[in-house]
Amino acid sequence: MRIQCPFCGERDLSEFSYRGDAGFKRPDAAAPGAGGRFFEEVYLRVNPAGAHDELWYHVFGCRSWLKVTRNTRTHEILAVAPGGALDPPASRS
Amino acid sequence: MVSQRGVLNLYHSDAQRDAYARRGNGMMLHGVDAELLDAAGVRRMLPFLDFDNARFPIQGGLLQRRGGTARHDAVVWGYARAASGRGVDIIQNCEVTGLIREAGRVTGVETTRGSIRAQKVGLAVAGNTSRVAAMADLKLPIESHVLQAFVSEAIKPFIPGVLTFGAGHFYISQSDKGSLVFGGDLDGYNSYAQRGNLPTVEDVCEGGMALMPALGRVRVLRSWGGIMDMSMDGSPIIDHTPVPGLYLNAGWCYGGFKATPASGFCFAHLLARDEPHEVARAYRLDRFAMGHLIDERGVGPQPNLH
Repeated sequence: MRIQCPFCGERDLSEFSYRGDAGFKRPDAAAPGAGGRFFEEVYLRVNPAGAHDELWYHVFGCRSWLKVTRNTRTHEILAVAPGGALDPPASRS
Repeated sequence: MVSQRGVLNLYHSDAQRDAYARRGNGMMLHGVDAELLDAAGVRRMLPFLDFDNARFPIQGGLLQRRGGTARHDAVVWGYARAASGRGVDIIQNCEVTGLIREAGRVTGVETTRGSIRAQKVGLAVAGNTSRVAAMADLKLPIESHVLQAFVSEAIKPFIPGVLTFGAGHFYISQSDKGSLVFGGDLDGYNSYAQRGNLPTVEDVCEGGMALMPALGRVRVLRSWGGIMDMSMDGSPIIDHTPVPGLYLNAGWCYGGFKATPASGFCFAHLLARDEPHEVARAYRLDRFAMGHLIDERGVGPQPNLH
């Protein structure tokens, strides 16, 4: 398996470290039911068989976070984008 | 079929020795045999190990003499024959395509061969737990991961028992046919592919070579990958689900076959009595929300680290 790092080019799997599902959205800690929302984001997973958006860290390369879409049935990499910042926390009104 | 040839877990540091002493004491408190060997004791048993390895010095090992190997497929067939003999219908080549729900309760399954009604539906579908649970709109604390395993060409009797390396995740034993059976870590990424990739193959072989360089000339004959139900704390789940009528036995990670008889017994207890068996009481699905995690590795909600 190889991942096309947007900064370094195509690199072997062994250069990367896996974090997991990229779908984490940090809940607003001040909103009602925040505890339950944090629990869901931290512990529950869709865990699909098929296209999966996930975070990889290019630990032995440029050390960027990458958002990778990969097919978990075949390991085919469908898309790679720089990880960028996680969604900022919802602003308090 | 059952070979109680001993299981030896090597340790390579003072801290690991202490951890294994604690593990051995825990085993003995449950009436299970355990002995803590020093380096000389390990050398008497297995003189071919690399005792000169400065990076991973073998300081000793935790030995369970009654442990060993079993023909896992024979165990499955044994259970299947006995269940069938008691009137259980085992329907093969029959894929569950949906869970029937009425008034919020699970009352059966849809399959590729028709519907099957049931008062209680139990899921024990490790690897595909999330996919089947999704049929009841359940999201679970599980990721599916690939674990590779390897078999070598047949050689003369070489490894007498089951051996695990303490400085890396590597285990090895020898089958009655002469093949060395070995493996190590997960690949580390979500997978349903039932195969892994070469970096892990290299990592496993490095572990083997660090332990016993004599492995260097043995040829790998076959490798495969399975789908592991990795839970968010590395421990299993045997519990009701939030959906009435639906029960779950999942999250066994890579600790599968050896636990299946007890796991099945406890699941049967839950299904029959709607109460957990006392030894499985802690394997609740809500422990993640309540903070009662059983995280033996202490690595947090990162399944690929458990």
